[in-house]
Amino acid sequence: MLELIVISTLNGVLFGMLLFLMASGLTVIFSMLGVLNFAHASFYMLGAFFGFQISRWVGFWPALLIAPLLAGAIGAGVERYGLRRVHKNGHVAELLFTFGLAFAIEEIVQIIWGKSPVDFRVPPLLDFPAFTIFSTNYPAFKMFMLAVSIVIFVGLLVVLKKTRIGLIVQAALTHPHMVGHLGHNVGRIFMLVFGVGTALAAVAGVIAGPALVTQSNMAGLLGPILFVVVVVGGLGSLPGAFVASLLIGLVQTFAVSMNGSLAGAFGPLSPDYAATWLSDIWNVTIAQIAPIMPYLLLVLILIFRPMGLLGTRDT
Amino acid sequence: MSDLASSAAPPLPAAADKLKFYGLWLAVIVALLVLPKLFSSGGSLTTFSLIGISIIFALSYNILLGQTGMLSFGHAVYYGLGGFLAIHAINIVAKNKFAIPLPVIPLIGGLTGLVFAALLGWVSTRRSGTAFAMISLGLAELVASSALILRTFFGGEAGVSANRTKVFRLFDWSFGPQIQIYYLVAAWTLLAVLAMYALTRTPLGRMCNAVRDNPERVQFVGYDPHVIRYLAFCFSGFFAGIAGALAAINFEIANSAYLGAVQSGTVLFATYIGGIGFFIGPIVGAIFVTILSLGLSDLTPVWQLYFGLIFIAVVMYAPGGLTGLLMMHRPLLRAGTLTRVLPSYAVAFVPTLAMITGLMLAIETIVHFTVNPGDDSHIKSFGIPFDAASPYIWAMAAMLIFGGFYLSRKTWTRVAQAWDEALSSARDKGVAA
Amino acid sequence: MRKLAMIAAVALPMFGTAAFAQETVKIGYIDPLSGGGASVGEVGYKTFQFLADELNAKGGILGKKVEIVPLDNKTNPQESLIQAQKAIDAGVRYVTQGNGSSVAGALSDFVTKFNDRNPGKEVLYFNYAAVDPVLTNDKCSFWHFRWDANSDIKMEALTNYMKGVPAIKKVYLINQDYSFGESVRTTAKKMLASKRPDIQVVGDELHPLLKITDFAPYIAKIKASGADSVITGNWGQDFALLLKAAADAGLKVNWYTYYAGGTGGPTAVKQANLNHQVFQVGEGIPNIDHKPSQEFEKALRAKYDFSLFYPRAVNEMRMFAAAAEKAKSLDPVKVAAALEGMEWDVFNGGKGVMRKSDHQFFQPMYISSLGERSEKEPFDEEKTGWGWKMVAKIDTAATELPTTCKMERP
Repeated sequence: MLELIVISTLNGVLFGMLLFLMASGLTVIFSMLGVLNFAHASFYMLGAFFGFQISRWVGFWPALLIAPLLAGAIGAGVERYGLRRVHKNGHVAELLFTFGLAFAIEEIVQIIWGKSPVDFRVPPLLDFPAFTIFSTNYPAFKMFMLAVSIVIFVGLLVVLKKTRIGLIVQAALTHPHMVGHLGHNVGRIFMLVFGVGTALAAVAGVIAGPALVTQSNMAGLLGPILFVVVVVGGLGSLPGAFVASLLIGLVQTFAVSMNGSLAGAFGPLSPDYAATWLSDIWNVTIAQIAPIMPYLLLVLILIFRPMGLLGTRDT
Repeated sequence: MSDLASSAAPPLPAAADKLKFYGLWLAVIVALLVLPKLFSSGGSLTTFSLIGISIIFALSYNILLGQTGMLSFGHAVYYGLGGFLAIHAINIVAKNKFAIPLPVIPLIGGLTGLVFAALLGWVSTRRSGTAFAMISLGLAELVASSALILRTFFGGEAGVSANRTKVFRLFDWSFGPQIQIYYLVAAWTLLAVLAMYALTRTPLGRMCNAVRDNPERVQFVGYDPHVIRYLAFCFSGFFAGIAGALAAINFEIANSAYLGAVQSGTVLFATYIGGIGFFIGPIVGAIFVTILSLGLSDLTPVWQLYFGLIFIAVVMYAPGGLTGLLMMHRPLLRAGTLTRVLPSYAVAFVPTLAMITGLMLAIETIVHFTVNPGDDSHIKSFGIPFDAASPYIWAMAAMLIFGGFYLSRKTWTRVAQAWDEALSSARDKGVAA
Repeated sequence: MRKLAMIAAVALPMFGTAAFAQETVKIGYIDPLSGGGASVGEVGYKTFQFLADELNAKGGILGKKVEIVPLDNKTNPQESLIQAQKAIDAGVRYVTQGNGSSVAGALSDFVTKFNDRNPGKEVLYFNYAAVDPVLTNDKCSFWHFRWDANSDIKMEALTNYMKGVPAIKKVYLINQDYSFGESVRTTAKKMLASKRPDIQVVGDELHPLLKITDFAPYIAKIKASGADSVITGNWGQDFALLLKAAADAGLKVNWYTYYAGGTGGPTAVKQANLNHQVFQVGEGIPNIDHKPSQEFEKALRAKYDFSLFYPRAVNEMRMFAAAAEKAKSLDPVKVAAALEGMEWDVFNGGKGVMRKSDHQFFQPMYISSLGERSEKEPFDEEKTGWGWKMVAKIDTAATELPTTCKMERP
């Protein structure tokens, strides 16, 4: 039992931090600019493929730096020449713009790198088990991932709360005109925020690429889970997103480790109902529904606490 | 005050307007009857049927998005559930030999959509905006996932199938051939479009617009925006259910793809691209998107890229959707100044077309070399054969893109000028923009 | 406005659909060519094109050229039906499809109804990879022929092999939560119980299809159960991520799989460094000592950058040609009659038979493992350097299972 709890907690934290890594950029964009960026996962994918290609040429570590810069530059370009134009037509237009972008990026990646998965490997420097608990190995790369997530979290928090630029960004979100009157270039601030958000997505891509599968459908398969993280955490709240990632990671991991079902708790269903839909509900295990729990959480949070876990304003 | 009253309750239309109105509907009916005579292949009949279904679905979505201002990511839930219930209904009717003919089945789908919208709607419509969008997203994921878990009802990922010809027959219509399905869909589309148009003219429809524009004011005048959003949501679910049931009848199968995110995304696309600000917007969008998604993949392997680019272009350059683009010209038409803009359109059209052609040529050539590097370089895309290896093609593509871009920038500035002039002279003539 | 748009609308999909005189034999290839499933669909399409070229080099079928018409179904059953309708309009009388049992079920149903309602215009459906047993059992159709062994047959072959391996003591089942995963798991339990009652099934897991990004918790469960072997029907990223998580955690078990050879599979196995620990059941591998098939493999690899994943497609196309020659006609009804009960020397050597009672093809099955190669294994997979090694061959007779099909013949 202890083994199960320890292992599940560890796995949950690791998964949660992976989620935060992927969602941190979206938190920045979605909660600060209010843009429902459906292309976020596409930038994550771009990061993975850039990382793959650059690490072929000059190695993984330079790739970890260059790929996000590239993706960030593309992101900033998208904001400058696309989103800014669309912005005045409202959120739905922005959203559809990013939808279209996601389509186009997926196809471009397919044209360049093909449709099959590419062989993106963990760098040799980190390709060893960091430690072993209850005879389960924890690879060094996952620890690295954890460290990067925490660094990003702390870094973003410090930048937003303690630096001048962070204050200007926050001010520009609520009072763009006032900030503009004070002589700041609001357009450039928005462009910067969007660029940083997409660069963060690309960091997640470079790191998750070798750990997961780098393929042209990876953006689509990620699905809307990142929105769940941001909304459950509370819009505009970075600590909220952090807590929500951990919560979702832990909930999902613990749910997977449980085999309980209604049939297990109350005994098998009487054979009269064996062929009805009741038997489906009766026999489904908690482990089976684990991956849809985040969505259940999302709906419940929005019903009972619409500002999210740590959010301050209504969504 | 009088201004507000007149826009909230339009005066009774004059006889001429009435005639125009009924004439339009009559023309549509005639067109619907003639259409299958012109295009009678199974494929085109299927295409028409799908367009009809998607028109109902997109219009039902616009009750939410365009009229009440609610962005939903999960409208396919009601479409899909309507489809599933319709399939189960067909099977039950066929098995028990109930005297219920097939044309009535869509009503069952509609009622299903209504019931589920009534169940799920109350909590989700408490707020509009992002909260509503996210709840609809979460609910959609939950329902779509449950469809794979509750196998007995949803049939797993294989879905549930039925045979529409085994249902009780009226007037000896078997509904086997596609042409009969076409007429069924056409009739229901007409009915649903009429009903939804009528809905926009009711006080409820007007209050929906008010909730969209200013929910606080609505509260001041004594209405609860939540209730109005809820009612709109229920109506929307009802029509979505009808569309789902028609789709189920057309394909004779219902499966989890009906409930999925792709279906929800497509309807959002169709509605917005058509134009959410006009009643006929979603109709135009549904036609456009259905054709595009059916036809584009036949023309080019990288259709997704074009799909994405087209949407980006529409969102950027036609924020009011395709209908918005056309409606922009109404004041000019009325003032008779449209002819002043048309020549500059014609001038701008050529370089723009050149640029697009160049872009397509470049894309197709690049795709050929990255995707099928070893194959014969004489390729055919969009029905036009050319040699992708020839340097002339490369030069031509580059020239078309850059030349076209340069010229079209110039010419579009002229279009803007001509437009401004035409509009201001239209204003002078007293036609409101 | 609306009418105009509609006319334009119809004109678009109408391009090239006018029914030409039958100068060619058109085979509609309905599979994903865009979107998430495209990587698999594209390999299939090129394989079929290669086979059509092979037939055409020999003069085609009954003197007519074979043409593969690609139709993108985006892995969506509804879209597949639209594409099938389009194909029929274009004069296609034979369609082939493989990816996704849900699509296969819908197509089989569609073809059956279409043929029932349009006598004289029959269409045949050749299934090369959809393995849901139901298609040749309860929902069998006269118009559907399957060349891939269905999942029950594969499990029969796999368990026939496993019953002779005494080292297997504790088995863990992990599968995707949909009809295929469900049928793998139930048949595995049933067959293991009757063939090796001493084997303990220590875990039986279903997880949602293509929704898991981190398999670590599942691996922790497998580890805690003390299993020595895992049976899984997972494919695509569900397979790759499962293996990666296992390698990360240092889980040492043998993997018995259906689709380790699928696109991306060998790369994942190599990355996880599971040398000869991943087994696959299938109807053939490149490294079988059989000269014609090795030559075919060489020719295919010289042209494309993938290996032959579908030996069954070879059987399908060659048998189709033979059946048409035998019937001396390209009328689908006659071809179907000729295919029924047809015996065939299969691609990798040995006898196969298209069983008349359910239109399921039976053929020798192979258990193979992926890992480092000796001189006997000339071919590697996905440029990993590792290749398939034959571990066991299960003869045709040992794969035959009863069917519940009650075929309705025209």
